[in-house]
Amino acid sequence: MKKTLFDKVWDAHVVKEIKDGPQILYIDKHLIHEVTSPQAFGELEQRGIPIFRPDQIVATADHNTPTVDQHLPVKDDLSRNQLAELTKNCEKNNITLYGLGHKYNGIVHVMAPELGITQPGMTMVCGDSHTSTHGAFGTIAFGIGTSQVAQVFASQCLLLQKPKSLRVNVNGKLKPGVLPKDVILYIIAKLGTNAGTGYFCEYAGNVFEEMSMEGRMTVCNMSIEMGARGGMIAPDETTFEYVKGREFAPKGDDLENKLAYWKTLSTDKGAVFDKEYHFDAADIDPMITYGTNPGMGIKITELIPSENNASFEKSLAYMNFEKGQSLIDQKVNYVFIGSCTNSRIEDFRVAASFIKGKKKADNVTAWFVPGSRQVAQQIVEEGLNEVFENAGFRLRQPGCSACLAMNDDKIPEGEYCVSTSNRNFEGRQGQGARTILASPLVAAATAIEGKIIDITKQLN
Amino acid sequence: MDKFTKLTSSAIPLPIENVDTDQIIPARFLKATSREGFGENLFRDWRFHKDGSINSDFILNNEKYQGSILVAGDNFGCGSSREHAAWAIHDYGIKVVVSSFFADIFKGNALNNGVLPVQVAPEYLKEIFEAIEKDAKTHIEVDLEAQKITIESTNSSSNFEINPYKKTCLMNGYDDIDFLISNKTEIEAFEMSRA
Repeated sequence: MKKTLFDKVWDAHVVKEIKDGPQILYIDKHLIHEVTSPQAFGELEQRGIPIFRPDQIVATADHNTPTVDQHLPVKDDLSRNQLAELTKNCEKNNITLYGLGHKYNGIVHVMAPELGITQPGMTMVCGDSHTSTHGAFGTIAFGIGTSQVAQVFASQCLLLQKPKSLRVNVNGKLKPGVLPKDVILYIIAKLGTNAGTGYFCEYAGNVFEEMSMEGRMTVCNMSIEMGARGGMIAPDETTFEYVKGREFAPKGDDLENKLAYWKTLSTDKGAVFDKEYHFDAADIDPMITYGTNPGMGIKITELIPSENNASFEKSLAYMNFEKGQSLIDQKVNYVFIGSCTNSRIEDFRVAASFIKGKKKADNVTAWFVPGSRQVAQQIVEEGLNEVFENAGFRLRQPGCSACLAMNDDKIPEGEYCVSTSNRNFEGRQGQGARTILASPLVAAATAIEGKIIDITKQLN
Repeated sequence: MDKFTKLTSSAIPLPIENVDTDQIIPARFLKATSREGFGENLFRDWRFHKDGSINSDFILNNEKYQGSILVAGDNFGCGSSREHAAWAIHDYGIKVVVSSFFADIFKGNALNNGVLPVQVAPEYLKEIFEAIEKDAKTHIEVDLEAQKITIESTNSSSNFEINPYKKTCLMNGYDDIDFLISNKTEIEAFEMSRA
């Protein structure tokens, strides 16, 4: 039978099938962080169940961490307590932790790929819906709830129904200034926020084949925003070159054996998907969102559409936008470049290339938050930090930051923020904050101009 | 986990689509290290104004609507995987959420906490909203064994799907951990086969 990439990886991890029920799926790597793990540790402890495979778990602190003065004790009591709990739980259970200040610390979905923890053909989970990011490597990776975190702690397995398959094909040539973020925002705007629910998505076509690993991670990251538990891209030379030589990547004979296997991980010709979509790359423009879910996206030059339903109107009222309005020249006082979607080196290179030789707009407060300590270091090594500083920007320390505003990085009520993150939900970046999702290029341009500009004019 | 078999209750209508888990429980309340007490902040930013005063326009603050069934618009529970959303709903006293569509992760999290997600056709969801609008006290019966939901005032019912394994778990209060651990021999054999 012809198999999809997803079938190949999934089937290789099924321990057992329960009659009329779910399958027991083996999990290779379990990533944890401070927010969704404490109750799972507590549950096991209460029931006297040991952690089954502690060496297959890697922990980081990211959601709740400050992005300034990380060498000082965390000010917020609850945050400090949650971080201390993670440290205690990891020590007690012999789990590797890249905590605050560690040279490998960073956002879980930035840190694991850059260390070579994420590899093709694996199954990976984390108590975080953006675990779909790791699918960029041809890995089955998805977010789980805390009860499932406890299940993986106890058995290194999960009970799951095999999801249906979906393939999104994008072929053709992308226009200048159209970045991976625009591609995924375009797909979600076209398909809606629940098109992928119940499915695992494969992204195929020359657009993804030609993308860097950073770009592929941006795309797979937002699979959950169209409802798909995960997204995958078949591993190829770009993937292998990225993985090779990283800290925890296989080496020597092990690498050769793995490579031979990884090369088999593509969808067989003639394999059938439950659902399939095709898009032309030439139709994609730089994108922005105007509403309160990631499906409410338009080309930057388009007008806000008109829909007559209560949820749509509630959303526009929250954003203080009108039907038919253009967002060009919309004044914006906050810009956030960061999050597990866009905080990798390539994202800061794009921002720096636009910012070089220009000055930050006076009305703008901008937070540039690298995804990890390693990304931060690379920004300095490549001289990008100098570009940012000369323009009036200051780099912060790594973490999830204003993507979900669990720490002090909150956008004030009523303010607009052009953000490279993944969710524009009500209050996501702070109570009453109004989020406009965009690429790092559009975000950088907004930070320079103090308003949304038609970036396509500058590029053509 | 609580057992669930059958429930009859009046219901709280929330006819909003794409209710995400950031609305159900905002991120700033995720700093706790236990599962308790999240009900207090369920729909926090819809229930309360920023100064902490009650938003009397929000449905949970309307005394007319009471009960342990929440009836919500399409694509309920999208967004973040935070199980805190299911804990908040459970802690508030809601045992059933009815919608025409649920996000995957939320659905799983609800089932793992004894909260039953009941997915019905959009037309039937509309019928429920209309029945509640007509009479806020109208009772809705949810029978897990028969996989059937009934609006008492109109006697209109509909069947709903649930995975047979999850149904057994819910009816008996079992969770997945015990089941997985009981398969440890096979899990270890699987690990050996790949080494």
